[in-house]
Amino acid sequence: MPARRQFLSIAAVGAGAFWVSPQMALANVATERRFVFVIQRGAADGLDIVRPYGDPAYAALRGALADKPGDAIRLDGLFALHPSLVEFGRMCRKREALFVHAVASPYRDRSHFDGQNVLETGGLHPYQVSDGWLNRLATLLPKTRDEAIAIADTVPLALRGRAPVTSYAPSGLPLASDDLMTRVATLYDADPQLHPLWSEAVQATTLAGHGSTRQDPASLGGLAASFLVQENGPRIAMVETGGWDTHVAQASRLAAALKALDTMMAALRDGLGPVWMQTTVLVATEFGRTAAVNGTGGTDHGTGTVAMLAGGAVCGGRVIADWPGLGAGQLYENRDLRPTASLDALIAGVAAESLGLDPGRVARTLFAAAAPGRPITGLVRA
Amino acid sequence: MIPAVTPLSPVAIALNRFGLGVRAEEDLPGDARRWLLEQFDSFDTRPAAFAALADAGAIVQHYRVLQRKLRQAAHAKIDDESAELKAARQAFSQATQALYRDAVQARAQSALATSAPFVERMVHFWSNHFCVSADSPEIAAYAGAFERDAIRPHVLGRFSDMLLAAEQHPAMLTYLNQITSVGPDSVEAARAQQRQPGRRLGLNENLGRQIMELHTLGVRSGYSQDDVTEFARALTGWNVDGLGGGHAQEGDADRFAFRPSQHEPGMRTIMHRTYGQDGEAQAGTVLLDFARSPHTATDIATKLARHFAGDTPPPRLVARLAAAFSGTGGHLPSLYRTLILSPEPWAPRPLKFKTPWEWTISTLRGLGQKDPGHLQVARVQAQLGQPVWKPGSPAGWDDVAASWAAPDALLRRVEFAQRLAATYGDRIDARTAGTRILPASLSIATAEQVRRSESPTSALALLLVSPDFLRR
Repeated sequence: MPARRQFLSIAAVGAGAFWVSPQMALANVATERRFVFVIQRGAADGLDIVRPYGDPAYAALRGALADKPGDAIRLDGLFALHPSLVEFGRMCRKREALFVHAVASPYRDRSHFDGQNVLETGGLHPYQVSDGWLNRLATLLPKTRDEAIAIADTVPLALRGRAPVTSYAPSGLPLASDDLMTRVATLYDADPQLHPLWSEAVQATTLAGHGSTRQDPASLGGLAASFLVQENGPRIAMVETGGWDTHVAQASRLAAALKALDTMMAALRDGLGPVWMQTTVLVATEFGRTAAVNGTGGTDHGTGTVAMLAGGAVCGGRVIADWPGLGAGQLYENRDLRPTASLDALIAGVAAESLGLDPGRVARTLFAAAAPGRPITGLVRA
Repeated sequence: MIPAVTPLSPVAIALNRFGLGVRAEEDLPGDARRWLLEQFDSFDTRPAAFAALADAGAIVQHYRVLQRKLRQAAHAKIDDESAELKAARQAFSQATQALYRDAVQARAQSALATSAPFVERMVHFWSNHFCVSADSPEIAAYAGAFERDAIRPHVLGRFSDMLLAAEQHPAMLTYLNQITSVGPDSVEAARAQQRQPGRRLGLNENLGRQIMELHTLGVRSGYSQDDVTEFARALTGWNVDGLGGGHAQEGDADRFAFRPSQHEPGMRTIMHRTYGQDGEAQAGTVLLDFARSPHTATDIATKLARHFAGDTPPPRLVARLAAAFSGTGGHLPSLYRTLILSPEPWAPRPLKFKTPWEWTISTLRGLGQKDPGHLQVARVQAQLGQPVWKPGSPAGWDDVAASWAAPDALLRRVEFAQRLAATYGDRIDARTAGTRILPASLSIATAEQVRRSESPTSALALLLVSPDFLRR
């Protein structure tokens, strides 16, 4: 679509300061590192994703969901990986993936929506903080690198805030004419809300080029990669995933959701090529699920869960856990995995090390309200 | 720089903020408030397009029977039979999608043809409040029937009646897994244990939690995990007549049924109140208490105020609406009257960024459409980022600008506006249409740009994506 692309760069120059020419961007490159946050909306069951098969209480609690011999991918004497996560298993053997277990955000009730709000804002309580930690992270990067992208129709809360952010998702609609595009740009120019949105939209379309129009996991991973590999493209990205709220028939549903995640991750890794070595992907959810299986072959809302880390720079090949145990008296409120690690401290440490920033400064900027304590470091190579 | 803003006229506010947008050839109302109040008498509860929808229960029932047979065949490793059954299931899966698309068309049709657009807007509001998300074949089939049978009949009635109708609707019972929840000490659980030792049927607390958190009291209103579990116990036995094994599959899957054999015996204590063992009525009594709670009044008042008076609802309006809700026992027309007669929703500047649904409907009305015709509304809404009845979560769609005013979503509206303008551009003069659909409130900048457009098509598309028309 050469005509469209040419128009876009002209319109971009005319519309204002958002367009950064490639040369300028290259001159100011301070980081070549990439950071991707994958959110699992709906409370993913950490006990089924990284299964503590070696815990004496595990089999009885999990019933039909319990790991069977030969089923999962053994990680060590205590933990095994869900059989759907083939690519994660492969990355773990190559020491490019690791898992942090019994982790939780500061949120301790069991509402998805409040839990996601805390996870995405970095607050201590829901609705205490109005912008997202990933956006605040973007403000810590040098000026030419402060853009981030959501691979979604709209911008998720974690990315909302002061730093300019764009969103992109494949659309099946025909492209608008250049004439209309120009007039819309003129009309929005004086509108404080619409002008920045329009500028970002035009820029994202340019970055995507011909782009993918498919929304399957492999295409999504490839699409995210196509943005991140560009020299003047975003350094921070967020991908939203769903299907984790497995109240019923968890065995088949979670297998499908994990397969999609695994496929998306593999496509992202493959699409990034050599850039994978400079990339860190963090996968996290708002909270875990009940330790015991419920009456309908699923699990209900819980507390502690697992977070996953993958990327060429990750010091992987291990499960990090101060394991609280699943036995009587060891569960949180007698029903959930007890959290022994702070998800906020993990995010602060990983984000800082991934982008070459000071962990203390990152923790203060991202989680001032929650004050999670010392960032967890040593997980990503400098 | 803030552009010269033309203040919105009360009639423009009534039509666009309270209603669903001006319909091209209709007369403009004289008195804005009276026009809204009079709509209470002209609302069509069961429009023909909704009434004509295929029987959702029957489709779901067939689908489930096939699913079960398929599982049995797979278990017995009868491959021939599996292939045949898979084809049949595929056919039913398509039937559910067809029904979903028809229902979305019916919804758009009602919104375009209605003479009570404010009440129609309230249907959309409540349907989103009691949201079922059509992410599975079952819910895709039920979603239209849910809005038609649980929401529409009560939109001008009492909140508690709508609450009961919504929670007892097969769509809700299926969506939030209530149909599989069984009291651990119920007759059925004991039977299952006897038949197959080690098999334990039990609770699923999904519906109970979402009723408390999303439909009534609101999150952080003081209930505990124990309250949720107790309520889930009270709800056991609430089921769908034609769904389930054995004789159940001969029943009517469009109807609620209480199954005493699944109900957990005993009294329940929820939020310090004790409920006697009255079978079906046990959970019903709890629901009535939730409906009467001041937490519920505040929760509903906040949502309503946010929908009409801006993303950050004015506290005085919230307090006034909550008082009207509590004072009238949740009588919804009284609540709407308080809203309409309050000053806050009449602020003469745009207070809301239209959702994709609102924007699509107001666009089609502005173009003079009385029905969606060949336009596949379900597909359009998916492209614009708000697939009807599919928010993907029981919390429903967000009602703040930040959720909708995003770069990619904006680009899609422009693309869609161009597509529509290509069809209507030669029939509609955007210069006169502008002053009609935004009566006495079209901004100077928009009028100017529309006038300067090179083609009628471009002018019309521009009007539809103008800042004035993207907001209400």
